[in-house]
Amino acid sequence: MRPPMRSLGVVLASALALTACSSGGDKDETATSAAACAPSSGPVTLNFTSWIPGIETVVKSWNDKNPNIQVKVQTGPNGNGGTYQNFFNQLKAGNAPDLGQIEYDALPSFRVQDGLENLAACTEVTAAKDQFVDWTWNQVTFGEQNSVFGVPQDAGPMALFYRKDLFEKNNIPVPTTWEEYAAAAEKVRAAGGYITNFSQSDINQFAGLAWQAGGRWFANDGNKWTVNFSDAGTTKVATYWQDLIAKKHVSTVPPWTTEWDNAYNTDQAWTWVSAVWGANSIASGAPATSGKWAVAPMPQWTPGGAVAGNWGGSSTAVFKGSKHPYEAAKFALWLNTSEEALTLLNKEANLYPATKAGAKLPALSEGVAFYGGQKIYDVFATASTQVAADFVWGPTMTSTYASASDGFKAAVSGTGTLADALKTAQTATVTNLKSQSIPVAE
Amino acid sequence: MKNRILPMLIMGMGTLYFLVPIWWLVVAASKSRTQFSGTAPLWFADFSLGDNLSELFAYRDGVFLRWMLNSLVYTGGAALLGTLLAAMCGYALAKYRFPGREAIFNIVLSGVLVPATALALPLFLIFSQFEATNTFWSVFLPSVVNPFGVYLARIYATASVPDELLEAARLDGSGEVRTFFQVSSKLMFPALVTIFLFHFVAVWNNFLLPLIMLGEERLFPVTLGLYSWNTQVNQLPELRMLVLTGALVSIVPLVVAFLLLQRFWRNGLGSGAIK
Repeated sequence: MRPPMRSLGVVLASALALTACSSGGDKDETATSAAACAPSSGPVTLNFTSWIPGIETVVKSWNDKNPNIQVKVQTGPNGNGGTYQNFFNQLKAGNAPDLGQIEYDALPSFRVQDGLENLAACTEVTAAKDQFVDWTWNQVTFGEQNSVFGVPQDAGPMALFYRKDLFEKNNIPVPTTWEEYAAAAEKVRAAGGYITNFSQSDINQFAGLAWQAGGRWFANDGNKWTVNFSDAGTTKVATYWQDLIAKKHVSTVPPWTTEWDNAYNTDQAWTWVSAVWGANSIASGAPATSGKWAVAPMPQWTPGGAVAGNWGGSSTAVFKGSKHPYEAAKFALWLNTSEEALTLLNKEANLYPATKAGAKLPALSEGVAFYGGQKIYDVFATASTQVAADFVWGPTMTSTYASASDGFKAAVSGTGTLADALKTAQTATVTNLKSQSIPVAE
Repeated sequence: MKNRILPMLIMGMGTLYFLVPIWWLVVAASKSRTQFSGTAPLWFADFSLGDNLSELFAYRDGVFLRWMLNSLVYTGGAALLGTLLAAMCGYALAKYRFPGREAIFNIVLSGVLVPATALALPLFLIFSQFEATNTFWSVFLPSVVNPFGVYLARIYATASVPDELLEAARLDGSGEVRTFFQVSSKLMFPALVTIFLFHFVAVWNNFLLPLIMLGEERLFPVTLGLYSWNTQVNQLPELRMLVLTGALVSIVPLVVAFLLLQRFWRNGLGSGAIK
């Protein structure tokens, strides 16, 4: 029997559990999970929910080789499109799948609701630590000892996509710092284009930029959450883009729309600071510009710096109540570390692996025709190692995004600023944490 | 003359307002992926609807066709069975006197006020108790219920099935069940078509129930399937054309149902209104 998920008591209890293990490996958490990670006897069947297109193909290749650990795939819309809510419902009803796909920014919300199995007791999992890029491992351990709440799956290290032909034609040097980027923005505008489009409704891009600049939105000291949307890094990024918006040096069409694709397809937008998976978004949204793009490292805040941001990425987590955590962890490890699975995931769904070895997959070592034959994934492989490891997501990102996105839309249309929007998002997030009885420091 | 121009103008604008999105869909579904974002959104480029269709039907072993079939079974099946149940229930409430009749009717009627979306989560928890989530029945069974249909059927049965006729049928030795199917249901036919259509549309549009209940892709109705694809467009942009073409194909059954049944639909609406 499972206690009701959202009741005050459970939230408090899980917040306390969080406290317990984050203060350096306290007894309870580790003790219970140590007992939990033992192999089951006989054949087992695991349920795995994921919205990755083509995941069945990958799982089939596991099932063919592991007759005793059969995995059944369930699918649905992406996390925020309904699958996360389904997970919470299923946890409440006691029929959650054994494994589920959870993006890094959603992991904390499942953790404070006590929905995840701690895999720290599974020695195979902890032994795999060094296979993963440091920051991705931190996303699933929250930087704590004795806690592993999922296996990193994919990553979204960021870089600068730019129109090589247009920059060359107009004699604009490819920006290596944000200062140069702003200068280039002015020249691009003079040449009739926009340097980029400011993402007004997808806050994740902004989060990636803030991540690079040293912004840290959330922290958990073991007792309480700290929420800070106005630290030096974040403020720097907000001021920077506010300036570009005010000068009308960036366009502001809603992202992921036909209009947005069209701007890239018709030479209106010249660069995009985006994650590795963005390579495919441009290729598919702007087919007329094939061969004219190139990829350079993200512009830096200090000349000669080497810091990248991250946008996106998910993990494979084992849900509380799974009867076979050992087998589930084994499958999650295979799915996210074996060359076979990573190759398939990359082929079917363009996933960029979170492992160090994954960055060297044959498919990721080739030149890409859309980018003039450049080996673009080399840039991202380097970027992935330059992402700071100490960025923590909060437990209520969905509502934080919603609130920030409202403010960003207002800022873009001229009523308010990005800084105002972040302030509002901060207040809304703190209120939301409190309403869920999650301890928060002010 | 002047007083006809204005209404025509307003109607014309209304028609345009409703038809433009469908026109856009038809045009968009006929374009190839490369031309979709680059050409005028409201006029045709090279006509590649055929390619889009064959790609859609072939994608992932034709899972889209499976979804269409599922949708027809969920909605058609639930609407047929639901109409039968509503008709029997409404007829019984109208024609038989028994203690608690009004109480039952009022309870059923209050069910009209509860939106289907509000029931999805409680239903999920109930089905979880029986370990019956993620099955065909978890979507089909709740869809059969139709309180508004019961209400319509009762009103219509009261008005269109004379007591004298039932008396005559009884005197001739017809059992109650036989009377219902051979006499009364024929008299209630226009109302039944209305109930069927209402029910069909309600089930077709009930998106939340399958979203919450189902995880097995082969059980999805087409609405949920297309929605899932659409949420993955950022990750796999190739899906966009499939979603557009799929959306176009998925409205075909609704259009057909309306064209075939609109005569009854109008009759039924009118009779429901005055009686």
